[in-house]
Order: sequence, then C-alpha cells, then structure tokens
Amino acid sequence: MIDQTAFNFKQNISKALGDRQLRANLKSAMDGLKAKRLNVFADDDELQQLRTLCNAIKKRALSRLPQLLEQLEEKCAQNGIQVHWAETTDAACRIVLDIMKQHGASRLLKGKSMVSEEMHLNQYLQKKGIEAIETDLGEFIIQLDGEPPSHIIVPAVHKNKDQIAKTFHEKIPGAPYTEVVEELNSIARKNLRQKFFEGQIGLSGVNFAVAETGTLCLVENEGNGRMCTTVPPVHIAVMGIEKVVERMEEIPPLLRLLTGSATGQLITTYVNMITSPRKPGEKDGPKEVHLVLLDNGRSKILADAELRQTLYCIRCGTCLNHCPVYTRLGGHAYGFVYPGPIGEILTPQIEGLDVAGELATASTLCNACEEVCPVMIPIPRLIRRMRTESYAKNSSGTVKGHGYKANFLESTAWTVWAKMNTIPWLNSLNSRMLGLLGGLLPKAGPLKAWMSVRSKPKFAAKSLHQRVKERGVNRE
Amino acid sequence: MQAKRQYPSKPDKVYFFGTCVIDLIYPDAGMAAIQLLEREGLEVIFPQDQSCCGQPAFNSGFPDEARKVAREQMRVFHRDYPIVVPSGSCAGMMRCHYPELFEGTELQAAAEKFGGRVFELTEFLTRVLQVKLEDFGAPMKVTWHSSCHALREMGVTEDSKSLLRQLKNVELVELQNEKECCGFGGTFSVKHPEISGSMARDKIDDIQATGAPVVISGDCACLLHITGAAEKLRRPLRGRHIAEFIWERTHD
Repeated sequence: MIDQTAFNFKQNISKALGDRQLRANLKSAMDGLKAKRLNVFADDDELQQLRTLCNAIKKRALSRLPQLLEQLEEKCAQNGIQVHWAETTDAACRIVLDIMKQHGASRLLKGKSMVSEEMHLNQYLQKKGIEAIETDLGEFIIQLDGEPPSHIIVPAVHKNKDQIAKTFHEKIPGAPYTEVVEELNSIARKNLRQKFFEGQIGLSGVNFAVAETGTLCLVENEGNGRMCTTVPPVHIAVMGIEKVVERMEEIPPLLRLLTGSATGQLITTYVNMITSPRKPGEKDGPKEVHLVLLDNGRSKILADAELRQTLYCIRCGTCLNHCPVYTRLGGHAYGFVYPGPIGEILTPQIEGLDVAGELATASTLCNACEEVCPVMIPIPRLIRRMRTESYAKNSSGTVKGHGYKANFLESTAWTVWAKMNTIPWLNSLNSRMLGLLGGLLPKAGPLKAWMSVRSKPKFAAKSLHQRVKERGVNRE
Repeated sequence: MQAKRQYPSKPDKVYFFGTCVIDLIYPDAGMAAIQLLEREGLEVIFPQDQSCCGQPAFNSGFPDEARKVAREQMRVFHRDYPIVVPSGSCAGMMRCHYPELFEGTELQAAAEKFGGRVFELTEFLTRVLQVKLEDFGAPMKVTWHSSCHALREMGVTEDSKSLLRQLKNVELVELQNEKECCGFGGTFSVKHPEISGSMARDKIDDIQATGAPVVISGDCACLLHITGAAEKLRRPLRGRHIAEFIWERTHD
C-alpha cells in the first residue's frame, strides 16, 4: 500500500528503477498502447482538428461550470437522479456510506472509478465494516494484492500474466494455477458473477455528464460497468465536477478522443448513457440512482486562468503512456492516486505543493505529453508553474503549500547564475576560470549528482567567446 | 508548436548565438557552425556580451532570473538580423518561450518579434540558405539523436537529417526510438540522476544497436549527457555536433 504520510519520492524511484520485471511489463504494455493509439489516429489532420474542437468544448464548459452544474442538477432531478454535493473526499465518502446505511447494505460493487480512488473510498468503507468489491478485471487483480492502481486506465499494468496467475492461485480460494489468459478471465468472471447477483448497491465513475439532458456517460470494455449500474437496485455514480459538458452533441468527439487516446479503440465495447432510474413498466435498471459531485480542490484550480487547464483532463492516461519517466517508474512510485504527467500537475494542486510538490521535478520537459494530450493541456508549462510556485515567496503563489522550497539554497544559486549571465565581465571571468581550473572542481553538490551516472564534463581550454575573438569575427 | 514558418530570403548578415554549453565545453562545434555560415557568404556577428538563453532557470522554477538573462540577450541581439542558434533547445527557448516569459509585460511584443528572428542552425542552413554539401570524408555509418525541443518545439529534425543525407559517403541509420527523450532535461539531470541515467542507458542501447560508432546531434547538452553516461558505463561512444561533423567532411 502507498503510505501517503511518508511520501519518499527518491526512495520510491530507486525501488522502481531497480525492478527489472516492472520495467519490462511497463515497456511492453506502453509500447502496445502507443502503437494502437497511433493506428487509430492515422489521419493526423483529423486528430488535430478533433483536439482543437475538444479543447474548445472543455474550455467553454469550464468557463460556465457553476451554471452547467446547476443545470445538470436540475435535469438529473427531473429525471429522478438524486444529486449530492461534496466539497471534500470525506464528505463524498459519508454520502456513499449514508446511502449504504439507508439500504442496510454491507457490500458495494464497484466499477472502475478514479474519483473513488481519490476518495480512498474502499479504505473508508472498510473501517465502517463495509466491503467494497472491485469488478473491473484490473482493479480486481490489484485488490487481491492490496495494491492501488498503477495507471489510471490500466490499473494492473505493472503486472504480467505470470504474476497475475500467481495472485489468483494464492488469493482466490480453490483457483487452480494457470497462465492461460482465457482461464484466468474465467476464474475472475465466476468469482464476480455471483457477487453481482447478491449486490445491493453498485458504484461507478462518470466519464462525462451532459448538462442539457442530465445524462451520465460511462465507457468500459468488460460489461462490469453496465452490471454495476443496472443489476443492483441502487446505483451511485461519483464524479469530479469538471466532468460536466454542456451538450449531448459534444459527446461523440470527446468519446472518439478518449477511447482513441486511452486504448487505441474507435469505440469501447460498452457505452453506457444513464439518464434515469428504472421507470414504471421497465423491466430492468436500478430503482435509485445517485450522483455524487466532488469538488476536492477543483473550484480553487478553476479560479486560476492558467491552472484551470488542468481540469480539461478527460483521464485518458495517454500522457502516462508517452512519458519517458512514467514508463520507467510505473504509477506506484508517484505515491498518490494520479501518476505521470497529469499527476505531476494535478496532485500538487489537490494535496498541496508542500506535500506532493516533488512530483513536479520528475519531468525532463520533453513535451511528449503535450504533443499527445487529446484536450491540449500545456502540461510542461503547468509543470513549470508548479516548480515556480514551489519556490515562490509568500505573496506570489496561489497553489496550496506554495513556497515550501523558498528558503532552499537553490534560490541563491539562481540569483548568482543570473548575475553571471547578465554581467559580461563576470561571465567572461567565469568561463576563463572553468577553462583553466574546471578539472579541479570538487565532486560535490550538482557535480556529484551529475557524476553519479556520467563522467566529469571536460571544460574547453578556450571558450567560444575567446575562439571567436582570436579568429577576428565581428563581435559588435 | 510546429507552426508552418515563413522563411526570409538569404540575408547579408546574421547574428550567432553560441549557447552556454558550446561556449564552455564544445567551442569546436560553435566555430564549425560559424564557418558553415561564412562559407555561404554571410557575415557572422557574434556579440561578445551574449551569455545563456535563460532556459535552465526558466525550467527550474525561476522565471524572474530567466527573464533577467533573456532581457540581456534581447538587448545584445537588438539589430534586425536573423539569430542563428546551434541548438534546438536554446532556439526553442528563445523562439517559443521568450514570448511566454514576457507575457503581459511591456516587452511582450519585443519578445515575439525577437522570437521571429530565431532560427536553429540546420533549419537556417536548409530553409534559408539551401546549402549544397559536397562530402570529402571517408565512408562511414552514423546515427542521429534529436533533442526533444528540436523535434517538438522547433520541428527541425528533418532539416538536420536532410543535411546528413546530402553527405554521399555517410550512411544514416535511424534510431528505433528517435522520439524518446535521452534523459538530460536540464537540472533534471542532477535532481533525478537515477531516472536520467536509466534513460541514457536505453538511449545508448538504441544508439549502439544501429552499429554506428558515432551519434550526431544538433544539441550539445544531450551529447554531453549521453556520451558522459556511455563513458561512465565503459561503453565507448562518440558524439559529434552536426555542425562540426559536416564542416569536417565538407571543407577543403
């Protein structure tokens, strides 16, 4: 389990990099996902048009978020969906618990939901004596091992088939050891099917909510989402408030980008559009549907014009797949629910920079994430913003926990650096000194870190400035 | 970022921005780039007061310090000449990020105009000067490493490779994961040396799998990192800046 009270990023990194099996599993999965994505977006012009369109849809929706949420609540109420507002994850957990209590339920059947992970719902319910059962295959696997998801779309991506075979054999009573994928699937299916029939309450996430119709859109490939939202008599949907869009006609382009970016699919096997509980005369569907709208810091993010772009995210996970850092570490090293590039900008804003700000250091700013983000979030720019706010003096920061590194020696180093690079004689002196004495620099500080994986840089005896002068190039 | 760019006709004079890494560690690459430009009949001006583009501070969370240094470069390179930069990363900083750095300040328009004058070296050689190269070198195999900013900010990777393809005795073998970062990442290289080193190892594997003894790049910081890691791992690998490589093979 991730111990969030003692988030030690450096230690997590060392552990992840030392795990060869992890690297192999991640590489094979990520390479596959990237290839499938490329295949489904073969027409780059079409992709770029879609990205521009969906960026505009999200931008517009967020600019009117309060109105859209009220409209969504009104429409849902008209359709018979009960809407609950939660400012914090604790409040959201309490809402779920209260609904469970009202129905005397002791088991919750869960479809995959990252917001429920953000709420730490399973742990919360466990303390209250309620069992939460993950029904998404990936989530089912990691729940057996007591692990959190390592990826927002493919939660068990850090495991290979053999590791899953072992987990099933050890953790599921009566399960034989098998490495045949179909047989593993069948074990999970048998195990879960009975629980669906016995389940009293189902819980799901929401990919998009449509304000004009009060429709909850949910995509999935296993059918467990549809089971969770239709078989039990009560369905609870949990969503972050940023997931609302204005119109139904905005859903097709968003879905095209979401499924294409996430899994390289044109469409998922199941597309659920949930607009009401079971109506009189209907033979199936839940009798009650609840929608829990979670803020958890999102309003604060919304208030900042630049940071607001963080909320464009549709949780496709493609920035993870394309990140050279994520693909070497996997999700667990990041210590919090959302890993990878999106996690580097979202987590510090939710948890506070003083708690999770180090995440923003884990990027080379190679821009691969920005290049593939379906809603065009300028992730590198926002990573830089997190870094800047980490050092911000009191008044100049807006992100929670900003300035936690304000007194670090690094600030002084950059002040000196700026002087060196704005005062020509100082710059010239510095380069001459390095040319003469660079070889004698002590192996300490940044140089020590550099030399831990590389040889010592060899400074030129004469700098380009000197060489140019000797050659008689026009120097103005 | 890779907006389709309008290129000017061949000018009489150009500014040359040497970059701090070339200034201190790879001056031969800078001299070679200047000579490639001079050979095309241009007068190259190297303002003596130039220093760094400011990217190290900008990317590390110190935009105020970056702005001071950027403003100094804008002052030093004030005439209306094109500014040629032998690095995709530094060029990307000056072209794409100066406008961002001065956003909402009185210098915003000046920063945008300045950015419009910035060209990466191989981009300038191919698009503006349309150089024709004659190869006098011995037959050899090379591979190419693109910096992420040459690729995704400046969009000049094809320009660089087209120059290598002009060299008739040079066989260019491309990397399998050409678009993947080598792990340098500025101060990332010293803040997360373990991750950075792991990325370098994969890049070195990719480079050595091509069978080429030399990796060519348009960015010396990547080369310093990759060849430094190779040396530490005792896996000899030569890195050359593209200007130096081309100049050596094409002058009498």
